[in-house]
Amino acid sequence: MQKTYYDPADLKKFGKITEWNEELGNKFFDYYAKVFEEGKLSAREKSLIALAVAHTEQCPYCIDAYTQDGLQRGITKEEMMEALHVGAAIKGGATLVHGVQMMNKVNKLEM
Amino acid sequence: MIKSLHKRESELADSNRQVEILSNGIFKNGDLPTFKNKIAETGQFPLKSKTLEILQINLGYMCNQVCEHCHVDAGPDRKEIMTRATMLQCLEVIKNTGAHTLDLTGGAPEMNPDFRWFVDEASKVGIKDFIVRSNLTIIRANKKYYDLPDFFKSHNVHVISSMPHWTKGKTDKQRGDGVFDKSIRALQDLNALGYGMPDSDLRLDLVYNPSGAFLPGNQASMEKDFKKALKQDFDIHFHNLFAITNLPIARFLDYLIASENYEDYMYSLVEAYNPNAVKNVMCTNTLSISWDGYLYDCDFNQMLNLPVNSKVKHISDYNEELLDGRTIMISQHCYGCTAGAGSSCQGSVT
Repeated sequence: MQKTYYDPADLKKFGKITEWNEELGNKFFDYYAKVFEEGKLSAREKSLIALAVAHTEQCPYCIDAYTQDGLQRGITKEEMMEALHVGAAIKGGATLVHGVQMMNKVNKLEM
Repeated sequence: MIKSLHKRESELADSNRQVEILSNGIFKNGDLPTFKNKIAETGQFPLKSKTLEILQINLGYMCNQVCEHCHVDAGPDRKEIMTRATMLQCLEVIKNTGAHTLDLTGGAPEMNPDFRWFVDEASKVGIKDFIVRSNLTIIRANKKYYDLPDFFKSHNVHVISSMPHWTKGKTDKQRGDGVFDKSIRALQDLNALGYGMPDSDLRLDLVYNPSGAFLPGNQASMEKDFKKALKQDFDIHFHNLFAITNLPIARFLDYLIASENYEDYMYSLVEAYNPNAVKNVMCTNTLSISWDGYLYDCDFNQMLNLPVNSKVKHISDYNEELLDGRTIMISQHCYGCTAGAGSSCQGSVT
């Protein structure tokens, strides 16, 4: 049995996903490639968004991939960390904003 | 300042040891295909040279910098310098060659005591594109070099300079403390003379090498980012950016092994292999001449001591007809020039 759930070598096998459903797999990869093309947002900006989301999703494959992608694009470690804080702030904010629901409930139930 | 592999008496100072590393391990056990087998898949082996277009002359391995990624293993402690006698032999070749580009490199070519004499003489031949690869900091290293920008201008030299990033942190990490500030000052000096300015004929191009075990990004995007940042932060202009892949040679190989990135880096290079880039690799239209006058297919082969596969081995026996169509010497480092959009001393090749 495999000792860990994640193997870095699996990232290289991502493309094999198409083997068990070629049509949907290819559609996904076509879409994926299109998303990351230069558009209204630059490919560089998209790379930083992807890096931040990779962390909020806690996807080790994506973290590896978009750290490497960022370095290749000349993105600095300071920019990468700033992007991560955006992700962390939204994650933290998303937790905390539910506090309003908690407060509403407490206010409704308490005398 | 770090020391050269030679000064450190590292085993990698021996080019045979480097070739041995590149030939064994993951390439010997079949985990990765050798470069020879890879290009054979698309019928591109043997790789043959075409008409000579670029004559690249290495004036010596001495340099005022000791960059971590240097494939020459250059530094202040390297004493190999081209003599005037060898330069005279080179001049004879320059006069008779059909090559349109003359490319002077090093080390810091300006540190060769006969550099200015050689540029004076070579510029009289009227070669179309006369390149000097200047590391920029040499211009600010010592008073005797302060007038180099004027000297370049008076000889209509095309200046190509390394600049790994538009930020101080990344630049100094790769090229040494203080390199960024000196480079910026040198670029401003060059700009003041017209070098790199929009519409100026005084060509100033920058070379970007990744500062670590990863491949360069898209050259056009990088150029856009470099131009925007250097203009915004320092009012600096330049013409083109050449994104060059670090080849696993000399100090970069040393770094890859020491940081345990060697195998992953070689996997990345092989994974990014682009058969279309093979058609335009620089070794097919370039000839590299070492400080002692020996001939190589490229500067990288020079550093690995893989001389041209020809009867003609030395500048003193130069014969362009015999050299044309020769079989290019290859090893696994060649994957560096065929990854992604390809890589050469003039940047991407596709």
